[in-house]
Amino acid sequence: MRYLPKSPADREAMLKALGKRSISEFFTPIPAKYRLERDLKIPRQMAESEIVDWFRERSRENGDGYAIFLGAGAYYHYRPVIIDSLILRGEFLTAYTPYQAEVSQGTLQSIFEFQTMICELTGMEVANASMYDGSTATAEAVMMAVRLTGRPSVLVARNVHPEYQEVLSTYAHHQGLPISTLSFTEAGRLDPEDLERSITGETACVLIQSPNFFGTIEDVAAIAEIAHKHGALLVVAIAEAISLGMVKPPQQADIIALEAQSFGVPLGFGGPYCGVIATREQFVRQMPGRLVGQTTDRNGKRGFVLTLATREQHIRREKATSNICTNQALIALMANIFMTVYGKVGLRDLAKQNLAKTAYAMDQFGKHAGLLFTGAPRFNEFVVKTSEDPGAINSRILGHKIVGGLPLKKFYPELGNASLWCCTEMTTRTAIDTAAAMVAESEGSSGARDVDVEELTR
Amino acid sequence: MKHMTRKATRHVSQNEGLIFEKSSPGKAAWKLPPLDVPEIDASKLLGSAERKDLGNMPEVSEIEIIRHFTRLSTWNYAIDLGMYPLGSCTMKYNPRVNEVVARLEGLANGHPYQPERASQGALRILKTLSECLLEITGMDAITLQPAAGAHGELTGLLMVRAYQESKGTPRKKILIPDSAHGTNPATAAMVGYAVENLKSNSQGMVDIAALSGQMNQDVAALMLTNPNTLGIFEQEIEQIAAILHAKGGLLYMDGANMNALVGKVRPGDFGVDLMHLNLHKTFSTPHGGGGPGSGPVAVKNILGPFLPKPVLITKPDGTLGFEYDRPQSVGRVRAFYGNFGMFVRALAYILANGPDGLRQTTEDAVLNANYIRKGLEGAYDLPYSTPTMHEVVFSDRRQAKKRVKTMDIAKRLIDYGFHPYTTAFPLIVPGALMIEATESESKEELDLFIESMRSIAEEVEEDPQTVLTAPHSTRISRLDETTAARKPVLRWKPAAE
Repeated sequence: MRYLPKSPADREAMLKALGKRSISEFFTPIPAKYRLERDLKIPRQMAESEIVDWFRERSRENGDGYAIFLGAGAYYHYRPVIIDSLILRGEFLTAYTPYQAEVSQGTLQSIFEFQTMICELTGMEVANASMYDGSTATAEAVMMAVRLTGRPSVLVARNVHPEYQEVLSTYAHHQGLPISTLSFTEAGRLDPEDLERSITGETACVLIQSPNFFGTIEDVAAIAEIAHKHGALLVVAIAEAISLGMVKPPQQADIIALEAQSFGVPLGFGGPYCGVIATREQFVRQMPGRLVGQTTDRNGKRGFVLTLATREQHIRREKATSNICTNQALIALMANIFMTVYGKVGLRDLAKQNLAKTAYAMDQFGKHAGLLFTGAPRFNEFVVKTSEDPGAINSRILGHKIVGGLPLKKFYPELGNASLWCCTEMTTRTAIDTAAAMVAESEGSSGARDVDVEELTR
Repeated sequence: MKHMTRKATRHVSQNEGLIFEKSSPGKAAWKLPPLDVPEIDASKLLGSAERKDLGNMPEVSEIEIIRHFTRLSTWNYAIDLGMYPLGSCTMKYNPRVNEVVARLEGLANGHPYQPERASQGALRILKTLSECLLEITGMDAITLQPAAGAHGELTGLLMVRAYQESKGTPRKKILIPDSAHGTNPATAAMVGYAVENLKSNSQGMVDIAALSGQMNQDVAALMLTNPNTLGIFEQEIEQIAAILHAKGGLLYMDGANMNALVGKVRPGDFGVDLMHLNLHKTFSTPHGGGGPGSGPVAVKNILGPFLPKPVLITKPDGTLGFEYDRPQSVGRVRAFYGNFGMFVRALAYILANGPDGLRQTTEDAVLNANYIRKGLEGAYDLPYSTPTMHEVVFSDRRQAKKRVKTMDIAKRLIDYGFHPYTTAFPLIVPGALMIEATESESKEELDLFIESMRSIAEEVEEDPQTVLTAPHSTRISRLDETTAARKPVLRWKPAAE
């Protein structure tokens, strides 16, 4: 086996040194009746070239080369090539968690820079080294708010990513934490009146997303005011990190749960992504996940260490703030490099292109179909309402190697034939025009046609 | 110098500041293509939501970024540089073909919501990996959704709870051996269970009498790491499973140490009801400085209905798809389907090995651990003499007499060109030196390691001060962790103007 660095003679010599005749002598602690005396029934050993071929085939079966109008928590942005040049360096790729600071300064300093840039972009005072993804960061941020306030219930806006809501309800279920949802307005924003009606002295936090699942930017200041008036915290989830280049950060929030996938992380069929929690300094001791801090060595030289570990499971066991151990360090490094490449000016220009493409697409789609939630500003997603089932329209568009927007019926039945479309800097005018023409064609014809409709909603 | 290290020598280590210290206005590492749609007036579109300034974000050129991160990288130890003897972490070689296939266009750019008919490639990868992992573990059903080992534990205990509830009551407690990873008790607490400690016997295994005494109708499950964190196979596993099952409890296996078992024995055959795997340990996906991981959970049929949703299915027409209608499911534990990129890598590793390669891998891992054990016996105290599987745990009992602790020895090991082993864990061994070589080490590298460890043991006798003040060869010496925690500086700030 080509990954194993021993010759038969090496193995012989080692066994001899150990006074054993055969390797099987080391497996005698396993009761004989359980020992596997046959080959595993898995594919035979393959050559490297066969492995590449096998996966190439899978890649071809997976929509290779399609233009996509899907966003909804996973965004297709350009990835500068130096991201992979750098993260493929073995010293980053094959290093362990930086517990041993003296031989891990590269990872530690880069995380410190990551934490700094996340603070700059979110307007928060501290950020952790990463969480699994936006959905789990959101669930953990809510748990954190519950610990901070000692209050037992949570209010969640219905326009938070539905899968984030599902993850939160899984996490909260066994904490005896009642979750109530808040409705949205005609503008697609959280309904402040519903918030006023629902919030009580028992509410630990209000969870919103901005830009929300429909792409609409929330009035964070107004929501924060209501939450804070009742002694509740405001948790804001951000799924599209590029929005931070152009949209004011939710500085009035107490905790931000960010999905940093848009910062140079491939779509990768849903993962690995990069969650982050950012918050105010006063809340840091209830924050889950690893943190890197600056300190000095014995000679007064600047260095970095993992710190405030007394929050974590390897020290506190069942009293820890979370059970999280392995996080998404290498993915955070991708995001770190991405943020460094675009920086102070580039992130804004990039965000502006996203906004421009989306504005153009909305104009084109709006000529032929209804647009929902137009009464508030939005970033790079918009909701289109058609007469025909969007699944049917998508099936036809797919024939042009274009993946259309996400039908919303499954998550929001009351929205009927609505679908969520996304444009990024990668979306071409040609693709927009083609998709808009297909939607126009559908709107122009009378009633739904007999096509093979695939349920696109997951 | 008597204690010369044969493996390491000093090399140039370049100084490098923080990226913010290199920034100045007007430098850029990016260029956008011309806009093919009309320009917009952002303030008109966004109104008061428009952001005007990005604060202290850096402005640097591409070459500076390349040098910055390349220089930082040289301050790291890595598997690519040498043995990483961290016990329980399974720091094995990360094959490069894994990285190549994970970056194939259709896989890297696949959107999680793209139509199933345009996702058959990704779904086939999920299916093939699932089948391989089920065969390796001897289990019946699996979810790939959990993002890391601890997340797998959470998923597993949520399923334990759902199962017990379906039998009438969720029960109250989880039994956890005193040798367990910290994630086990932390996870139990997250799922609303009380943690009850289970003592080990003098051989470092589960104390059967204690287990019988503590097992009752309040216990939902036992979380068992096997081989345990001492590298010892729980020889009475049959009885352990029987005691639990007789009183309606479940046997959860923490698969952190699965590298000792693949191809040699299957947890599903020895009574395990559910377990998680760490693809970033056993199945070679890179640790990347602390993640991403991936923590699939494999279960017996009795737990199948409770798996997180969606579940991968084969449809009547033979294509693959997801099933969302799972009324007894514990719900979602993560958006989308898990760390897909890690599934690609883990499957590439399994295909590169095949059944013979995986078996040889396990055998070599166990051979290496025993070779180290033999090589260091006599120099370090071995608290448990029970046979070793994939890792071995010594203690600093002898060296402590010279006031040298396990962490000091670990730091000195850095000067010899190795990453430290795991220190101060498992908790049942005071001053533990927990060593796992994995199969990726050659006899030559192991001999260097043994020689280095023996040399340090001699230094402790002759010149303990050198060990106590180690490392001496790194960019920085030991850091002031107390001040770091008391007065946390968690981000860079520009100097006050």
